Amino acid sequence: MDGVEVEAGMEDVLSLGGEKFTSRLIMGTGGAPSLDVLEQALEESGTEITTVAMRRLDPASRGSVLDVLRRKGIKVLPNTAGCFTAGEAVLTARLAREALETNWVKLEVISDERTLLPDPIETFDAAERLVADGFVVLPYIGDDPALARRLEQAGCAAVMPLGAPIGSGLGIRNPHNIELIVESAGVPVILDAGIGTASDAALAMELGCDAVLLASAVTRAQRPGLMAAAMRHAVTAGRAARIAGRIPMRRYAEASSPALTA
Amino acid sequence: MKVTINGGAVELPGEATVGEAVRTLTAMTSGVAVAVNGEVVSRSAWESTRLSESDLVEVLTAVQGG
Repeated sequence: MDGVEVEAGMEDVLSLGGEKFTSRLIMGTGGAPSLDVLEQALEESGTEITTVAMRRLDPASRGSVLDVLRRKGIKVLPNTAGCFTAGEAVLTARLAREALETNWVKLEVISDERTLLPDPIETFDAAERLVADGFVVLPYIGDDPALARRLEQAGCAAVMPLGAPIGSGLGIRNPHNIELIVESAGVPVILDAGIGTASDAALAMELGCDAVLLASAVTRAQRPGLMAAAMRHAVTAGRAARIAGRIPMRRYAEASSPALTA
Repeated sequence: MKVTINGGAVELPGEATVGEAVRTLTAMTSGVAVAVNGEVVSRSAWESTRLSESDLVEVLTAVQGG
């Protein structure tokens, strides 16, 4: 089981875009050295949703990531990676809807190749157009609480703030902003990008995120399958800790054993 | 008739359809989407949509990413 049992017999579920999921770990597929390695990592991760990118069809390529996802019964989430403008992203989303028969899209509009940071202006423009066109829009954004709120108001099904730049493995650079986004969000908050290792994923969930999306941390690990399992446990543990309620931090000790009395 | 398919110049018979353009690359019909001059052509319209000289045809599929 990949969820958390909140009370006996009552399992914690993620409601996203009108559907329910037990796993709170969304996987990307980029960076895997082979489809076999990817398949094993997806299996170990317990994921129920996984992203793919849309690219020109290469007649020479053998085997498809779609076959792997279909075999595993994993929901395909197309992204608009590589797009720099709202127009490109909207066209890519429409092509993905046509090719993959899903109206879900991870909206990703980047500002430059070096940082791959999301462009907030183009992202917001594309989000409005895609929501109007009937898409379930999951936008990748900076850790900006104001933009997150505006995208929610625009009708996005979730917001996906980054922890750090894509593929950087720097973890969550501004946990305070992630907490602010979580505090005011009425849609799921999915921590996307920057995860380097299991403790980063656990922290995202402890901060109150509803799910974590990661790829490189698993696909580029020395042992992708083992890291995928570590991430599955980290997300579950972080979620349980969030629900359980952590103790406040104190400046001085508080004895956990009764005092000695004369 | 000369058109551009995924960035490459391709000579097609006059009156060629979107379906014929796709088949220069693949026999697959599922998991594939087509845009002509920046507009999506749905699969149901592939055989009835005729291309014109210099059309830009993009044939996309899902790959590993994200």
